[in-house]
Amino acid sequence: MTMKGPERPLFDVEEMEVSFGPQHPATHGVLRVQMKLDGERIVEAKPIIGYLHRGTEKLFETMTFPACIPHTDRLDYVNAAHNNQGFCVTMEKLLGISIPPRAAYLRMILAELQRLASHLVWFATHAVDIGAITPFFYTFRERDDILDLFEEYCGARLTLNCMKIGGLPFELPEGWLDRCAEFVDAFPSHIDEYETLLTTNRIWKKRTIGVGVISPEDAIDMGLTGPPLRGSGIEWDIRKVFPYDRYDEVEFDVPTGTNCDTYDRYLVRVEEMRQSTRILRQCLEKLPEGPIMAKAPKVLRSPEGMVYGSVESPKGELGYFIVATENGTEPYRCRVRPPSFVNLQSLPKMVEGSLVADLMAVIGTLDIVLGEIDR
Amino acid sequence: MWVDAAVIGIKLVAVVGVLLMTVPIMVWVERRGSALIQDRLGPNRVGPAGLLQPFVDAIKLLIKENLIPAGVDKLLFVLAPTIALVVALSLFIAVPFAVDDGLELVETPIDGFIVAPDLNIGILYIFAIASLAVYSIVLAGWGSNNKYALLGGIRASAQTISYRLAMTLSVVGVIMAAGSLHLTQVVTSQSGVWLGFLPRWNFLIQPLGGIIFIVAAFAETNRLPFDLAEADSELVAGYHTEYSSMNFAAFFMSKYIHMVTSAALITVLFFGGWQIPWISLPGGWMGAGLSLGVFSAKVVFFLWLFVWVRWTLPRFRFDQLMALGWKIMLPLAVLNFLWVGVAMASGILT
Repeated sequence: MTMKGPERPLFDVEEMEVSFGPQHPATHGVLRVQMKLDGERIVEAKPIIGYLHRGTEKLFETMTFPACIPHTDRLDYVNAAHNNQGFCVTMEKLLGISIPPRAAYLRMILAELQRLASHLVWFATHAVDIGAITPFFYTFRERDDILDLFEEYCGARLTLNCMKIGGLPFELPEGWLDRCAEFVDAFPSHIDEYETLLTTNRIWKKRTIGVGVISPEDAIDMGLTGPPLRGSGIEWDIRKVFPYDRYDEVEFDVPTGTNCDTYDRYLVRVEEMRQSTRILRQCLEKLPEGPIMAKAPKVLRSPEGMVYGSVESPKGELGYFIVATENGTEPYRCRVRPPSFVNLQSLPKMVEGSLVADLMAVIGTLDIVLGEIDR
Repeated sequence: MWVDAAVIGIKLVAVVGVLLMTVPIMVWVERRGSALIQDRLGPNRVGPAGLLQPFVDAIKLLIKENLIPAGVDKLLFVLAPTIALVVALSLFIAVPFAVDDGLELVETPIDGFIVAPDLNIGILYIFAIASLAVYSIVLAGWGSNNKYALLGGIRASAQTISYRLAMTLSVVGVIMAAGSLHLTQVVTSQSGVWLGFLPRWNFLIQPLGGIIFIVAAFAETNRLPFDLAEADSELVAGYHTEYSSMNFAAFFMSKYIHMVTSAALITVLFFGGWQIPWISLPGGWMGAGLSLGVFSAKVVFFLWLFVWVRWTLPRFRFDQLMALGWKIMLPLAVLNFLWVGVAMASGILT
């Protein structure tokens, strides 16, 4: 049958606009995704950010270098140790301070424990987004053990403020290393336990394999770092390529994926947890005696200059770019390069053309924290 | 005449009472059971072991304001939870739950432990009424004037079409084996042994049909892994996003009553109802009590299965459920009833 006149569909086809978030249980904070839906299919998805903006970068300009550190805690609030470490590493680069080996190793221990804690939060929320609620309680059980260790060390559980420019603020409490070693020894069996719930689960595989695919080229073009980049098969880890503290002295592998999808990123992160326990074990063995602070003046005065330093946070490359004035006691400008912010821009590419349910899988797999995106 | 009415009335009150009572108990089981699975305690403050928690929750829901948002279709908005509850409650009246050989109550025959005694099309009745349940979800989704609710409603309608065909076809095998749509006869046809030693339960004769029916029952009750219509991490609360107070409670209760009915149907259709394998029940009131206990035990097991699965598995995606229903379960259900036909024709199953 041939149609006469202008070709018209039988019904008017209209796209539905849904503003997903910022008040939504699955957006990991106050992310808003403006979507155009054709039935359940996502035609267009646009992340809208800024609901958690606190002007942290501007605040940095008004306070002395050491006073900035507590503010870095609030960037990626499930991952304070790396935020502290990134800022300290960058400042040490600017001031030309090299920290004593014991301090470096302790920093690595704290950072890797924090990586485990952060990945456990990712594991829990990712699973809940896809409908499996029980892993949440399993991972938070071990996360609590890690937070207990942190609390014992610095008094705080989330906003740690546990590092200083030039070293560490406190020596370890008595018996802390034993308790840490006990935890590290037990942890791999817990990873196995989490994996029994999801890794071979057919529904889990169905929901994650082939979902949120991003090609290695696109991943590089968009500046992705961390597990989203490694899930696309690119071996890139700041700890390996630009080692800071003493990461060049420990052995670990950088896991990568092959299929560039959500399932591979899941496997990459799970393997990273195993590698973290490996690093922790080596650090605990090698931990030298000695001072925990480098010789640094009481009042830090910067030389004139610009410096960029970065660390591998659980989410990707966390960088600080600091502009300092001659004899200044505070940053002239401090720009944070948050991994979540950069990783989030791949969201439209990953979800457009797929179903609403895949959006949850992709938000989960990007592992974003809005505190660090909005700053 | 009035005695007959009284007997039916007593049965009706007892069944509805028990059904409504299972809701708070199941809520408690669900919360304590999920706590057990998730390595935590669950509610344990109100009453012994937290048993009174669901009642307190119900009172809280009762005294909350019944909010009807602006812009909703008021009629549909109020009608939807009503349909949900009415459908859920009227399903169980066709389910026989204990053996009865001529027992009498005030010199009137009880006519079986079932509210509707002479319902010789029990299976048909249950499937017909149960299909109405989807209207409550679709109407709630449509009437709420909320995009998430609408998506939930659309999902529910697509889901219903996908699993219900397979579910119905899987029961065809049972109907063939029993030679009747009468649920009591379906149960009696499962007495005795098959091939000399196996209990003659439909699940053992036609395991494929049984598995398909159980899987479809999860979709029927809108629970994980098929809770797409309310998928809380995707659609906030799906079709009942806008509901509060007793309107919400109606949906909530209907979900749990559906669970009980589905568990009872699995028991009746595939697990021999109140039959104990290899043992024949005594007669009289003792047999009635014993069979009631056996039936309840089986139902409790399947109720626990529902809870267990919900707190273990992730959620299917909407298109994957449709693919599962149409491409896997439907052909397998056809295969199942072919097998029953062949078995009956060749005399393996008589």
